[in-house]
Amino acid sequence: MAEPATVDIDPSTRLALYRSMVRARYFEQRAYDLFMEGIVKGTTHLGLGQEAVAAGFAEAMNPTDMTFCTYRGHNHTLLRGAPMTPLMGELAGRDVGICGGKGGSMHLTDVSKGAMGSYAIVGAHLPIAAGAAWAAQVRQSGQVSVCFFGDGATNIGAFHEAVNFAAVWKLPVVFVCENNLYMEYTPISAVIPVPHPAADRAASYGLESIIIDGNDADVVYDMATRTIERARSGGGPALVEALTYRHKGHSRADPGKYRPDEEVAAWMARDPIVLYRERLTAAGFDPTLLDEIEQAGLAEIDATTMEIRNAPPPPPETMMTQLWADGGSQWRN
Amino acid sequence: MAELTYRAAVARGIAQEMERDPSVVLIGEDVAAAGGVFKTTSGLLEQFGPVRVRDTPISEEAIVGGIMGAAMNGLRPIGELMFSDFLATCWDIVVNQIAKTRYMTNGQVSLPLVIRTANGGGTRFGGQHSQSAENWAMAIPGLKVVAPSTPRDVVGLLAASVRDPDPVIFFEHKNLFATKEDVPDGEIVDRLGEAAFRTMGDDVTIVALAAMVPVAIEAAGLLAAQGVSAEVIDLRSLVPLDTAAFLGSVAKTGRLVTVEENPRLCGWGAEIASIAAEECIWDLDGPIVRVTTPHIPLPAAAELEDLAIPDAQQVVRAVLAMA
Repeated sequence: MAEPATVDIDPSTRLALYRSMVRARYFEQRAYDLFMEGIVKGTTHLGLGQEAVAAGFAEAMNPTDMTFCTYRGHNHTLLRGAPMTPLMGELAGRDVGICGGKGGSMHLTDVSKGAMGSYAIVGAHLPIAAGAAWAAQVRQSGQVSVCFFGDGATNIGAFHEAVNFAAVWKLPVVFVCENNLYMEYTPISAVIPVPHPAADRAASYGLESIIIDGNDADVVYDMATRTIERARSGGGPALVEALTYRHKGHSRADPGKYRPDEEVAAWMARDPIVLYRERLTAAGFDPTLLDEIEQAGLAEIDATTMEIRNAPPPPPETMMTQLWADGGSQWRN
Repeated sequence: MAELTYRAAVARGIAQEMERDPSVVLIGEDVAAAGGVFKTTSGLLEQFGPVRVRDTPISEEAIVGGIMGAAMNGLRPIGELMFSDFLATCWDIVVNQIAKTRYMTNGQVSLPLVIRTANGGGTRFGGQHSQSAENWAMAIPGLKVVAPSTPRDVVGLLAASVRDPDPVIFFEHKNLFATKEDVPDGEIVDRLGEAAFRTMGDDVTIVALAAMVPVAIEAAGLLAAQGVSAEVIDLRSLVPLDTAAFLGSVAKTGRLVTVEENPRLCGWGAEIASIAAEECIWDLDGPIVRVTTPHIPLPAAAELEDLAIPDAQQVVRAVLAMA
């Protein structure tokens, strides 16, 4: 485990980290509530409990850097700056949805903010993130790709192809394994022969073994800054394993009953938002400032919820649009 | 005007586009230093340098995923898969990622990329290096599917594919690499979705693709000797599909034969037959006939492989049996 943050993080950044985690928490809790109400449909894979990873990396990225994430991608897309109502609208299949209702929960994307997509086939986006980094290298654009994935993805071939490819071409990409201890229902420890799914594989690709406390926003931000800036300056890729825990099951269909009560309790006691509030308070931050951040977060999600409740579904004619770059879907004359 | 092989036409087509547009890049296994295992990319490394022409590991998911990511971030990449059979090893990224991402993001993502791959049989390579995989690609919404039959068309259709703003799977036929013809000098750019009439005729319409085009043309010659006038249509691309070309031809000839190298079930000829049955059945004077490879993997032995892949005699027999 990496030591606690080694650099001084300025107060405004720490407040931004807290604000990010709070906004993500409210978004995910509301997504759950709206699912139970029948407004959000299909499925959701919530990032409740994993907010510090998304917040720390998003805060460390430049606006033109690129995020590639998984079907558990609400946090990551939101925290790159995608507006909340279009995100929740996409979960609810509304016209205001960020993908016009064609993507859904598992495909949140906001290219204008560098949120380059949420990919729902385990591991598939690692080569894509590497390819975007390759284009940055060729174009000398100074961009970095950051690619988030779960512990289960480390047993997929695309993981190994992509990390090898990125390492041998020295691509500016940071691979971030959010190790939440369970691939879906099965513990990751039951399906790997080493203790750490990502960090213990790093040596195969000539990369440093990096394990961090993914529930500590300062630690995540610190490691994100270091790995992103190293990649940006030509130092090649990094593979970061962030230890974290999801507060809910894998997806909406999963109550998460397979996890021992004491394990759940121990991780709930390490809730990244509770921990961070305690740390900021101990460091002398004004509690009323933190309260205001929470109140603003609640007001934002309430306003979003109101807009979604009243939003119409996508008009039927949009079904046949945007297969091709000409905006349509014609395949014959 | 210079005589050019189909193989050399690939490198000429890529070079034409790389000279014009600095965002065009080429990656794949052995495409750079070795010039391609089929020598289709010879000289490109020397001409355009190691940043734009680069060898990859044997990692098909990294190749096609890599060009997808690059296309999302300002390049117009060409990725080579050595054999079209290897599409199966990266089919997830082709089908679930490349084909669907524009639609699923409601147009936020454009993917101007080309996957070039050596397709088809006749080379005695056996079942894992001989398939005609164009039907796989045709079945997926969001992929354009191109398969040239002549050296000139390789240049023109490759240019069109590179300039196309959508993903294109470009099937180069292994059994055509050595064929040659005179190709005009200067830039050649075609449009996707325009079939070519290789022979004009009044009695039967024969629709073919890639290596089946010369087979159909040979059959038309043999039929002419027997007093049957055949119109051979080279589709050139399956998506977009030039339906007007064959519907118009059938209105004139009243008879339709498709010649496909792929195995029988769900071949592109079935789609052609379906469209014709729905839209011009009253123009037809008899049943539509499909000539295909049987529904088997391709065998390696020369005698068996030649028996499996349609030849001109088989096409002639199919046409004469219609009368």
